[in-house]
Amino acid sequence: MSKCFAVYLRELIILKRKFWRQIASMSVSPLLYLIAFGFGLGNDLNVGGRPYLEFLIPGLIAMGSMVYSFGIATEINVARFYWKIFEEFQAAPVPNIAYVSGEVLAGITRALISVIIILIIGFISGVNLSYGPGFWVAVLLNSFLFSSLAVGLAMIVKSHADQSLLSSFLITPMSFLGGTFFPVDKMPVVVQKILYFIPLTHASNAIRASAYGEKASGISYLVLVVIGIVCFIFAVNVVNKARD
Amino acid sequence: MPDIIKIDNLKKNYKKIQALKGVSFNVAEGELFAYLGPNGSGKTTTIRILTGLTKSSGGEAFLNGHNINGKGIEGKKQFGLVTQIINLDNELTINENLDLHGRLYGMKKTDRQAVIEVMLENVGLLERKNSLVKELSGGMKRRLMIARALMHSPGILFLDEPTAGLDPEIRRKLWSLIKKIQQQGTTIFLTTHYIEEAEFLADRVCFLEQGEISAIDSPANFINSVGAWAIDLFHEAEFVTRYFKTIEEADSFTSHAQDGYTKRRVNLEDAFINRTGRRMKENGTAEGRPARMASGHSHGQGNSNVHGHSSHSGHENSNGGGC
Repeated sequence: MSKCFAVYLRELIILKRKFWRQIASMSVSPLLYLIAFGFGLGNDLNVGGRPYLEFLIPGLIAMGSMVYSFGIATEINVARFYWKIFEEFQAAPVPNIAYVSGEVLAGITRALISVIIILIIGFISGVNLSYGPGFWVAVLLNSFLFSSLAVGLAMIVKSHADQSLLSSFLITPMSFLGGTFFPVDKMPVVVQKILYFIPLTHASNAIRASAYGEKASGISYLVLVVIGIVCFIFAVNVVNKARD
Repeated sequence: MPDIIKIDNLKKNYKKIQALKGVSFNVAEGELFAYLGPNGSGKTTTIRILTGLTKSSGGEAFLNGHNINGKGIEGKKQFGLVTQIINLDNELTINENLDLHGRLYGMKKTDRQAVIEVMLENVGLLERKNSLVKELSGGMKRRLMIARALMHSPGILFLDEPTAGLDPEIRRKLWSLIKKIQQQGTTIFLTTHYIEEAEFLADRVCFLEQGEISAIDSPANFINSVGAWAIDLFHEAEFVTRYFKTIEEADSFTSHAQDGYTKRRVNLEDAFINRTGRRMKENGTAEGRPARMASGHSHGQGNSNVHGHSSHSGHENSNGGGC
């Protein structure tokens, strides 16, 4: 447990050192999406009887928690390929599960900070939704899932460029297709079925339903839990792949 | 002293390249063992395998009785590692770097803080304790890496080219530190391509060439096998070195010398050249040189003067004339 905390603490110190830069960078994307899609496109738009802004904010939260928890892969890559600090962890008596847990916790922390920023931006924009336990559980599960996936993929890539490629093919499509900017049920049935397999669709559903004060589907939570555990186990098992 | 490092037929293949071709040797507890060879000879690969950073392709190795291929993490507590590339956390302070290391090795908070003070005092960085690593010079970073590697009191310290790229003054300061660490009872496994470093520091030297051990012995035995005195001279458009058992033999030779010459003590580099016909340059590349046997005791040396370093009695230059 203390070794997991050591890994987590390192990430926290680094986060603290560049805190305001991180806050500024985490604010840019949601602000742009809010201006472009919220105020620009959807000023008079209603989705399911609600203003589009109320639809968009939970979507941005789902997307933000995914993107910033997955961003831990970049930190790991910098430590592994650029600073070579990862070797310090490899040479130390740190079990793989402790290392992965520490990095996953760091990913979740980054995701939570980004979510709080979006909530503040939403509040300033006049969007008041319900942020009860169901909302936060969905955010945490989504962050856990993508953090674990990020750690696992960071262990098997051979260069930082490979990681960027994975982001382009995995994260960017999910950002737009996972029920973030438009309701998935408006898509053709075949596409809906495909999108049902994307974890972000379930995260968006659960986060949005909770934010609306409605009862979220248990299946969405279950999918996030199951895929999250699979990704975590995957990450623990591929740490040794990072060796030559 | 019992053997603390045991290596048996260790191999490493990178696709079709055999980086290590079945290396075997033991290192005694408290010994300073220098692993010497040109770039690409397999020095770093050996250290990376022993410290778990790289998987071996065959053979066995034990660190203080722990099999390096074992699943347990106990074996990792046996050693400290200073890698060739500086791998400190630049965004963290000196204290934070050491504290993090202590946490990774399961040290208690009170122990960590006490040991950090001692380690930083030993390496002369106590006053910079709260400086960010990115503000330190290269030499300071190397000293910090050594302090970090010793934080958890390991029995074995792996130093992979610890003085590479440092200026001579700082290099010698690090030599003193390394010697002091050995005197405190730590076994040191040192890789280097600076022959004089191995000669100055090591109890035993292992020459590694293209993934194979060519010889293991003490620096003194290696040197004695060549002779006591060397004469470097330019002869028939080529630099050659001749070796002599006594200074009288060397003086007798120079009294007849036609060209300029340098008389000096034999050093470990001479032994290396004598054994392999190669010269290790400062950049670590090995140059194959045809051994030009002017007598039974000399070798062609390429285009460089080879001078004994200051730890040996000086050398004498003459710009020709002879008698």
